[in-house]
Amino acid sequence: MSATTAMEVNAEARRILAVSISKLYASRNQRGGLRLHRSLLLSMVMRSARDIYHSSRECEGPSDAQPTQEEPMDTSSSLEEQTGLPEPVQPEPQPTLNSTELPPEEPDSAEEDSDSEITEDKENLSPTRQSRKRRGKVSAAPDFLPSKRARLEPGEERYAAPLGSCRAGAGESLRLCL
Amino acid sequence: MEEESDTRKINNSFLRDHNYATEADIISTVEFNSSGELLATGDKGGRVVVFQREQESKSQPQRRGEYNVYSTFQSHEPEFDYLKSLEIEEKINKIKWLPQQNAAYFLLSTNDKTVKLWKISERDKRPEGYNLKDEDGRIRNPLTITSLRVPVLQPMDLMVEATARRVFSNAHTYHINSISVNSDLQTFISTDDLRVNLWNLEITDRSFNIVDIKPANMEELTEVITSAEFHPQQCHTFAYSSSKGSIRLCDMRQAALCDKHCKYFEEPEDPSTRSFFSEIISSISDVKFSHNGRYLMTRDYLTVKVWDLQMENKPLETYQVHDYLRGKLCSLYENDCIFDKFECVWNGSDSVIMTGSYNNFFRMFDRNTKRDVTLEASRENSKPRAILKPRKVCVGGKRRKDEISVDSLDFSKKILHTTWHPHENIIAVAATNNLYIFQDKVN
Repeated sequence: MSATTAMEVNAEARRILAVSISKLYASRNQRGGLRLHRSLLLSMVMRSARDIYHSSRECEGPSDAQPTQEEPMDTSSSLEEQTGLPEPVQPEPQPTLNSTELPPEEPDSAEEDSDSEITEDKENLSPTRQSRKRRGKVSAAPDFLPSKRARLEPGEERYAAPLGSCRAGAGESLRLCL
Repeated sequence: MEEESDTRKINNSFLRDHNYATEADIISTVEFNSSGELLATGDKGGRVVVFQREQESKSQPQRRGEYNVYSTFQSHEPEFDYLKSLEIEEKINKIKWLPQQNAAYFLLSTNDKTVKLWKISERDKRPEGYNLKDEDGRIRNPLTITSLRVPVLQPMDLMVEATARRVFSNAHTYHINSISVNSDLQTFISTDDLRVNLWNLEITDRSFNIVDIKPANMEELTEVITSAEFHPQQCHTFAYSSSKGSIRLCDMRQAALCDKHCKYFEEPEDPSTRSFFSEIISSISDVKFSHNGRYLMTRDYLTVKVWDLQMENKPLETYQVHDYLRGKLCSLYENDCIFDKFECVWNGSDSVIMTGSYNNFFRMFDRNTKRDVTLEASRENSKPRAILKPRKVCVGGKRRKDEISVDSLDFSKKILHTTWHPHENIIAVAATNNLYIFQDKVN
């Protein structure tokens, strides 16, 4: 894959991810509650987009491979466990589905989980790992929510991020408070 | 009309396209009854409107059996699930008629959580001459009553009343997508994303779960049930379709829980057409048995497929509904159109199939002649008794005069719900909040 097509595929994947995330968010507020079928399809698209994003990033060079490796998180929250697996390229069994499927049965606890999970992680971060972890954590907040700090991943400056879409690794951004 | 524009000004900030005042009028289901005499529509506001075909009269031969409003009633109201803090929409997802067994008509209507059995009956006589109350209903002074009389039935203006005879509730955790009446006329199934429940029409406090595809760990969920239907003749057979593009045929005699299918219909995916959206477009939105019970028809986003029940590995026929959209899947994903659930329907003799598309187009495919036609349901193009002109979408290159280019298609005008008269060539097509009824040309 040439560098330009990898870039285009990468940009396209990120755009689709951004659109999917905003749809998942919007569906929480819609009347009648979360639709299981729709959430399932959205998460499938997000998974494909994320896989494509990762594989196109790996094509770009080994220096970018680091951010794609996600360290196993030692939090007990199941949401975190999902994306903490160190093999992001392998198709995971619906990592975000857990979050989308919880709402039909336990909307309140899903909310609480995600909120507590974010605070928990910040507390658990050790200073040496902090630089890596923070990258993941900040990107977990989607860009249409107020973010605490503006940052770019190394290598992002090379090309303009279309429409302010996901700033960082797709894997991390999937770890949203859903 | 002035009121409408005022409401629009107020609600403009909240809504994208449609006027909030009329969103409740959006038709969400249409269904002819088994004789074709009645046509029921359900809308987003939870109302059911039943149309009845006029008796053909010799004095007015040009009014060949037109459909007029027969009964209107509020079937479902918005509800609130306090346990989950969720609003339950009153939108009618499906209506299914029961075959007529006496003077009254019965239909099942469902929203996301509750199925109701409605009895629609006529009243054209009224008892008059009560002893204890007068004609206005006021209680008579007992001292003025000097003689005893028997009330007599007197004719009155026809009144059609709808009463809820049964309410089948609290059986579905997820959203009900379909209901189907069994040919035994005693049971029916209701289907949500993960489960199919079997009910007896007489019993409302109990249902049997016959299919459950909920995984022990919800993270492992890969497919949901999108529709289910009973076989038209075999009361022990039903089929259900999945979001992965497969159909399972189950036999209730095999086991109490029909998790193991007896037939599995799936066409292997063509790897050359794989894209981000392959899963979405392969999700089946509707499954219908043919009237003769030998075939199954399925609708996914871009195609309609006819399956022979004896052949599981590939469909008998595949029809492209709007293949020109294949290159636009990304935009259709962004504007949510890719999630639209189109229905499909057989004609009475199973020779023609019909399904809807965008721009208020609907398509008919003749299975024998292999010819297809695209028609449009719109006020401008159809005056009463006008003949519908076939439409064509230009897919590229030079656009002819009558053709429409793909980019000028109106994606907010979609025909999701259609139904075909069981014996005659009469179709009903729902275009947002308008109902169109088309008949074969009168000679």
